[in-house]
Amino acid sequence: MGYMTINGKKVEFTDEKNVLSIIRKAGIDIPTLCYHSELSTFGACRLCTVEDDRGRLFASCSEEPRDGMVIYTHTERLRKHRKLIVELLLAAHCRDCTTCVKSGECKLQELAHSMGVLKVRYDNYNEIRPVDYSSPAIVRDPNKCILCGNCVRVCSELQGLGVLGFANRGTEATVTPAFEKKLSATDCVSCGQCRVFCPTGALTIRTHMDEVWEALGDKNTRVVAQIAPAVRVAVGDAFGMKNGENVMGKIVASLHAMGFDEVYDTTYTADLTIMEESAEFLDRVKNGGKLPLLTSCCPAWVKFVGDQFPDMKENVSTCRSPQQMFSAVLKEWYRDPEHAEGKKTFVVSIMPCTAKKMEAVREDSYTKGEKDTDAVITTTELIRMIKNAGIAFDKIESESCDMPFGIGSGAGVIFGVTGGVTEAVLRRLADGHDTATLDAIAKCGIRGEEGIKETVVPYNGMDVKICVVSGLANARKVMEQVQNGEKEYHLIEVMACRRGCIMGGGQPIPAGPRHKAARAAGLYSADGAMVIKKSDENPLMDVFYNGYFKGKAHELLHNHR
Amino acid sequence: MLDKSYYDKTDEIIEHYGRKASSLIPIMQDIQAEYRYLPGELLTYVAKEIGITETKAYSVATFYENFSFEAKGKYVIKVCDGTACHVRKSTPVLEALWKELGLSKKKHTTDDMLFTVETVSCLGACGLAPTMMVNEDVYPAMTPEKALAVIEELRGKG
Repeated sequence: MGYMTINGKKVEFTDEKNVLSIIRKAGIDIPTLCYHSELSTFGACRLCTVEDDRGRLFASCSEEPRDGMVIYTHTERLRKHRKLIVELLLAAHCRDCTTCVKSGECKLQELAHSMGVLKVRYDNYNEIRPVDYSSPAIVRDPNKCILCGNCVRVCSELQGLGVLGFANRGTEATVTPAFEKKLSATDCVSCGQCRVFCPTGALTIRTHMDEVWEALGDKNTRVVAQIAPAVRVAVGDAFGMKNGENVMGKIVASLHAMGFDEVYDTTYTADLTIMEESAEFLDRVKNGGKLPLLTSCCPAWVKFVGDQFPDMKENVSTCRSPQQMFSAVLKEWYRDPEHAEGKKTFVVSIMPCTAKKMEAVREDSYTKGEKDTDAVITTTELIRMIKNAGIAFDKIESESCDMPFGIGSGAGVIFGVTGGVTEAVLRRLADGHDTATLDAIAKCGIRGEEGIKETVVPYNGMDVKICVVSGLANARKVMEQVQNGEKEYHLIEVMACRRGCIMGGGQPIPAGPRHKAARAAGLYSADGAMVIKKSDENPLMDVFYNGYFKGKAHELLHNHR
Repeated sequence: MLDKSYYDKTDEIIEHYGRKASSLIPIMQDIQAEYRYLPGELLTYVAKEIGITETKAYSVATFYENFSFEAKGKYVIKVCDGTACHVRKSTPVLEALWKELGLSKKKHTTDDMLFTVETVSCLGACGLAPTMMVNEDVYPAMTPEKALAVIEELRGKG
């Protein structure tokens, strides 16, 4: 508690951890490259340096607030200081801005522009290092790294992995996996959070846009899209619309305009996931199968279990993720020559996620030896494609999904936020579908952005213990507690990214606290607007299980280990 | 794949310092003292045993010039290139050694694994400049001729 004077204005503070947050709370924007409220304080970039009344300079991110402090944030001296920092960073940085995938979203570029760095006085003597294209999801270009350490901290602190680290010292310093290994040779789960926190183009999404454009241009190819729940609340703000606004109809219309032959909503197979996973859960409970059941919709999490907790691999649900279910169903549908009409089918899944790119090429994601998902496009890439296609997104009229797979339930929509899968399972298991029942489920402790949530739900005379986790560091904690017997659960839902897919590794950046809340609210309100709330009430479920796909559920909807 | 004896020895060293993150540097030093270098496989093994990530261990090992992932020769020659030694002409000494042994800035160890030549920033013996060390022995007031004589002598010993 206390007061400090910032630029001559008295500002009150309470429990802020550092001077920087007080400055920002006071409405003054100080640039930072290495500071993130969710990560530990690193103090590497020095851009947040401020000056006190005695002329002392210090980094505000790592300074504890004291009552009576007098600080200045934008003096001439500080302006020069910050400009020099940016200039020195650029001195050892790749300068091919125009062809950099991060151009326009790059923090360094933005700072250089706003600070008026129009010329770099120093030559770049850095050796050109090879770019790592080994990962199916992430491209790592060490030549664009500014050593802010964000990726290093996010990987170890939020994701509990520590794949990336610093190596060497001084001018030789670099960020790399141990022994300069390629990302594909590490325990990297492709979650993409490093890319979310990277201020430059050093860590970016491995793009599949070209493959999609090519397929769209081929008359003999039927291009089919499926759109994941979390995408619809993260596109609008790139086109000047409200944060978190549900723009599903506009996305569908844009894809149609781009030339997609059919556009579907992944919530349809989210519903199938719920049908299958609930059945699997009840079967395991009844027949003494491995418990806790671990959800399998998040591929980063599935890889995490395989690498870090191989003893518990069998606990992972055999259900494919909604993405893989949808692609398998689509491909099977068009295996029938009557449906195919002589065309090839190319399935594009539009995801908030980079790990989905890894999942698409995972061995068990193939059916009958064929690749089910042909390309995965993240939300970030989708926005780029919409712009590239010359679509006026804010003006385009909404359209609805196509048939025969175009119906999903509200339960499927909330898959995109942590706790959503569990909520959907609980809706499926509940007898009624009245507002009171649904309300009680919503309020049982599974909503909200905490990283670890627990609840106990009565079902058929049994107390079902559930844990809902987001963030892999949290998941590691829970798994260790389960392994050493400290905790006991029947069901554990894990999403690798904190807060779930709405903050996935493929979502547009930057995304601050306002985006987080707005995106979650956007999905819950989309659910609220749906007529069908429960997966089992989706009319397409009956069509699936008793129609063309009768007897094929196991082959198409489950992984076969 | 390293021989099992390497892992046994490493276990012994880890036991001595305790299975904790703060034991990392002394453990690495002892492994390097034992094998004249730090085998990467052992670093990975140590990291797992003391409960840190491989990346973190690699980060520490590469931060310090002293740790080497490459096998070093039987005789490790450290030519001091600190300020005092440098002004008293340590560079010709280094160059003479490089030329004689066919080494360079990039290649530190002879193919027969007999010699490794590296530079150090200061040996703390500026009064003896230019100074050179061969394993634990100090050679004061070096000249290119004296350095080559040392090489001849060591070659004789094999």
